[in-house]
Amino acid sequence: MIELSQVFKSYQVGSKTIHALRPTDLTISSGQVFGLLGFSGAGKSTLLRLINRLEDPTGGKVRVNGESLTGMTDLQLRQARSRIGMIFQQFNLLSHRTALHNVEFSLEVAGMSAGQRRAKAREALSAVGLSDREDSYPAQLSGGQRQRVAVARALATSPNVLLCDEATSALDPHTALSLLRLLQQLNRERGMTIVLVTHDIKVASYLCQHCVVLEQGQVVDRIDMSRPNPQSLLGKFFFETAKGWTDQTVLPQEA
Amino acid sequence: MENFFKVFIESGPDLWKATLDTLIMVSATLVSACVVGTPLGVFLFTSAPDGLYPKPILNRVAGYIVNVLRSFPFIILLVILIPFSRLVVGTSIGPKAAAVALSFAVIPFFARLVEQNLRDVPRGIIDMARACGASKRDTILKVLIAEALPALVGSFTVTATGFIAYSAVAGAVGAGGLGDLAIRYGYYRFETNIMIWCVIIMFVLVQGTQMAGAWLARRIDKR
Repeated sequence: MIELSQVFKSYQVGSKTIHALRPTDLTISSGQVFGLLGFSGAGKSTLLRLINRLEDPTGGKVRVNGESLTGMTDLQLRQARSRIGMIFQQFNLLSHRTALHNVEFSLEVAGMSAGQRRAKAREALSAVGLSDREDSYPAQLSGGQRQRVAVARALATSPNVLLCDEATSALDPHTALSLLRLLQQLNRERGMTIVLVTHDIKVASYLCQHCVVLEQGQVVDRIDMSRPNPQSLLGKFFFETAKGWTDQTVLPQEA
Repeated sequence: MENFFKVFIESGPDLWKATLDTLIMVSATLVSACVVGTPLGVFLFTSAPDGLYPKPILNRVAGYIVNVLRSFPFIILLVILIPFSRLVVGTSIGPKAAAVALSFAVIPFFARLVEQNLRDVPRGIIDMARACGASKRDTILKVLIAEALPALVGSFTVTATGFIAYSAVAGAVGAGGLGDLAIRYGYYRFETNIMIWCVIIMFVLVQGTQMAGAWLARRIDKR
């Protein structure tokens, strides 16, 4: 379970205060796939990064798995982070390491012994279907394969939460769908809680049970994806575009 | 032409001694670059206000010190460091003393190169390390430095070749080495052949260093 209460993030640029995220309450129950929808700069990535405190909240409380991440010591925070997996748009693999050693990284920094982590890493690579590529360097892998290695790295520590920051945005539709299927499988088979950031309603519709729509650092819509009934202009726009773009599609800014 | 080669044989011991002195000076300088310059570069990068572990005041102080040292013309640095050299290596002349001054020149130079190389590591990679729960030490050693290694080898090669030439300047104040030999015999005593031999040896050193550096960088670069 992930609970955010009155969490906000703001910072100063010169004399101006930028509100990356206005005070927000959000509860994501265990085993859920939860979407954060919005355009770039809407604050959805900020919100996601507050969950494992890649960003420090300016105020408010963050609880994951019953632990309060705000007010932890450095060591506690590092341990908590290794229980929360994360994947990124740009994959962020280490270019000097093979696929297997990339997966081992998350175990290595958690202090696991070499033999143990080798076995765990192999298991994780096999779960994403890349056993035969363990000795390949990232440069020798396709985009889809790189993201699978990143998923394996996130899985290796057996987290029960997976954060996905635009994980399919750099992939072609075919590879993207195949990755989404993998995420869905992780959710169904392991009960993994998944929080994903996307600007693509297709991704959200396919995977998410619940979504929030963000605009200018604020949650403007909360949507149950089994009975979608968006209230905000932006939410409506997202569902409109799911049918494909037409000359009649109204941009929210113009409405 | 015959004379040119005869000079090489006759001055063999002098040239050999000068080459050794140059190698000693340059090696000591490069050790300083690695041992002091690298951590300083890491500190400049990580302690920046928008860095990984911000320490804005210390960062600014370190930045000023680096810039002050880099502003000194090398020949002046050589002279003002004479008392310090005497203190550290017990002499103010010869290759050892020159190595002290060369170290003062190389440390801030190499530190800036390291800082720049680390800056070129994609920000997302650092986010990944943090998200995995990596410690400070692991983030710096296994992520930042390891990812920047091909670039760092390149910077090191540039530094090495540059300071082979720099060490010749130190020859001007009696540091020994090929530069010293080239000036004393070649220039002051009009023995052009010796000067040319010195330059040829320097070229071999520079070329060799460059090739070794390029080979190593290619080998470790998996991108």
